[in-house]
Amino acid sequence: MKMERLAQARALPKAPTGIQGLDEITGGGLPKGRPTLVCGGPGCGKTLLACEFLIRGATQFNEPGALISFEETSEELAQNVRSLGFDMDELIERKKLALDHVRIEPNEIEEVGEYDLEGLMLRIALAIDSVGAKRIVLDTIEALFGGFTNQALLRSELRRLFRFLKDKGVSAVITGERGGGTLTRQGLEEYVSDCVILLDHRVAEQVSTRRLRIVKYRGSTHGTNEYPFLIDERGISVLPVTGLSLDHAVSNERMSSGVPRLDAMLGGKGYYRGSSVLVSGTAGTGKTSLAAHFAHETAKNGERVLYLAFEESPKQLQRNMRSIGIDLEPYAKKGLIKIDASRPTLYGLEMHLVRIHKTVSEFKPAAVIVDPISNFVTSGTEHETQSMLLRLVDFLKAQQVTAFFTNLTSGGAAWEKTDVGISSLIDTWMLLRDIESGGERNRGLYVLKSRGMKHSNQIREFIITPEGIQLEDVYVGPEGVLTGSMRAAQEAREAAAAHERHVQSARRQRELERKRATLEAQIVALRAESAATAEEAKVIAEQEKEREATIEADRAAAAKRRGVDKDKGTRPK
Amino acid sequence: MSADTDKWNLRLYTAGQSPKSLAALANLKRVCDEHLAGRYSIEVVDLLKNPRLAKDDQIVAIPTLVRKLPEPLRRIVGDLSDTERTLVGLQLKARK
Repeated sequence: MKMERLAQARALPKAPTGIQGLDEITGGGLPKGRPTLVCGGPGCGKTLLACEFLIRGATQFNEPGALISFEETSEELAQNVRSLGFDMDELIERKKLALDHVRIEPNEIEEVGEYDLEGLMLRIALAIDSVGAKRIVLDTIEALFGGFTNQALLRSELRRLFRFLKDKGVSAVITGERGGGTLTRQGLEEYVSDCVILLDHRVAEQVSTRRLRIVKYRGSTHGTNEYPFLIDERGISVLPVTGLSLDHAVSNERMSSGVPRLDAMLGGKGYYRGSSVLVSGTAGTGKTSLAAHFAHETAKNGERVLYLAFEESPKQLQRNMRSIGIDLEPYAKKGLIKIDASRPTLYGLEMHLVRIHKTVSEFKPAAVIVDPISNFVTSGTEHETQSMLLRLVDFLKAQQVTAFFTNLTSGGAAWEKTDVGISSLIDTWMLLRDIESGGERNRGLYVLKSRGMKHSNQIREFIITPEGIQLEDVYVGPEGVLTGSMRAAQEAREAAAAHERHVQSARRQRELERKRATLEAQIVALRAESAATAEEAKVIAEQEKEREATIEADRAAAAKRRGVDKDKGTRPK
Repeated sequence: MSADTDKWNLRLYTAGQSPKSLAALANLKRVCDEHLAGRYSIEVVDLLKNPRLAKDDQIVAIPTLVRKLPEPLRRIVGDLSDTERTLVGLQLKARK
């Protein structure tokens, strides 16, 4: 929200730096046509930031630049800049960049009477005009103070210089060494600059973190926090700490966990896209296996996964997961799974965050797995870790990236507590725990919470097989929860009983079948008897008819013979 | 101190006809006439006309006097109003 507001504040024309994150904090870049001071102690990255501003201006924003260096020679600068992947010589060749190394040798110079710095200004004007520069860097202007002794004169000349730069309409970046109590040694540059950026390089617990802060920005709102930044082979990237707002877009889409039975426990469909998932448990409870299942499933669906491994190297992780039937390698080769392994102690927390931030922005994964988050505590305090994870969760949610964290809980701790106290940030929280019974340790899984879905309240036994994770019902009987071989034994007993019942019933069925067959046979016999009886009856009836016919015929013949009257001789039938 | 080196080659960098530049040239001529009569040459470079030379010759302050010969190269900035220090700067006189 804050960032949006900053971005909207575009009343003041700004020169975008092209440096990742810095433009967000400054709401669009450095003040256009005005001087900006970049100050800090030695080795804090002042020159690099200034050079990147210049070079990105020349390459990305079509604003040629002039670099006036008081400390490093052209060759040294070109070399430094080349380490960021920019070819300074080529830019100079194309008239995108002018370079002037102002060498001041104090022991060569004698000062006699009054003078001014017109020579320097002519050189700057020449450099600007030779390429039509819109940006200029003066690095480090206080070298003048080492070369000349008349401080009052220098100060007034520098003021004149800044006025001159403003008149020229160039966006200037001047660098300054940090002085005791003031931002610069001379305490001058910060007053004449419209924007002051302070760089800092702090070491805490042997881990260094670079930080950047906008001290002032005339006529513009700006982020006021200290922002960690990173210098790597692609230059500077600053991590804007978002305002921790809770206005992320939400998705109703689900992502499968890769374990069908677990999906069933989670309302039948799995995790919500863009939600945060935490799996916590003691050592060896299968957190990584669960994470790998999720990674595998997501990649199988053609989506990218960033796997941040803080305990295992990519090769080791792949090998170990192959042993439980999850082959991540093909997807890693296809570029769907990116395993980024590093020791948590390698960088400070901020630096980890910047790195994750940067990688997520570049790789654009659908899911990020951090395995495990508990290790971050080793490179920061609990509070720092918590705030770092808060920012990470926030950032990932804003990007609609599903976050999957594993957390190693220490043995004695309460189950419903994470070591880093981030449970409130988590949408779906699964607990893996050891269930000790019958002289064995078995794994149990249950869903502690899952926001926005009807989730199972059952403990499932969690079995890691060569074909992956399987969830089994635990046996809850009079002796309590049974798992492992006790569950197996109980199941065997139940199976035997079931078998017995089955055999019994089969026998009964067979008996009944036999009885029915007997009856059936009897029915057939009776039916045959009945048919025979009917036949006999029919025969008898016919014989009777024949006989009657014969009698009738005989009687008629006799009557004829006797000559009886027809009408009277007939017997009533 | 090589005050008696044969040929003195001096170059004065100025920016137009500014009072400081004019003063420097006048002061320089006076000093040279006094101490290097007939053994010197002064070249005046106007950087307004030829700004590129400021870069090539590493000029920052105006006016700057450069002693090209005799070696080693010496630079004096300012209007040379202090004759004593000018002489020291040109190594015509030992530093007190």
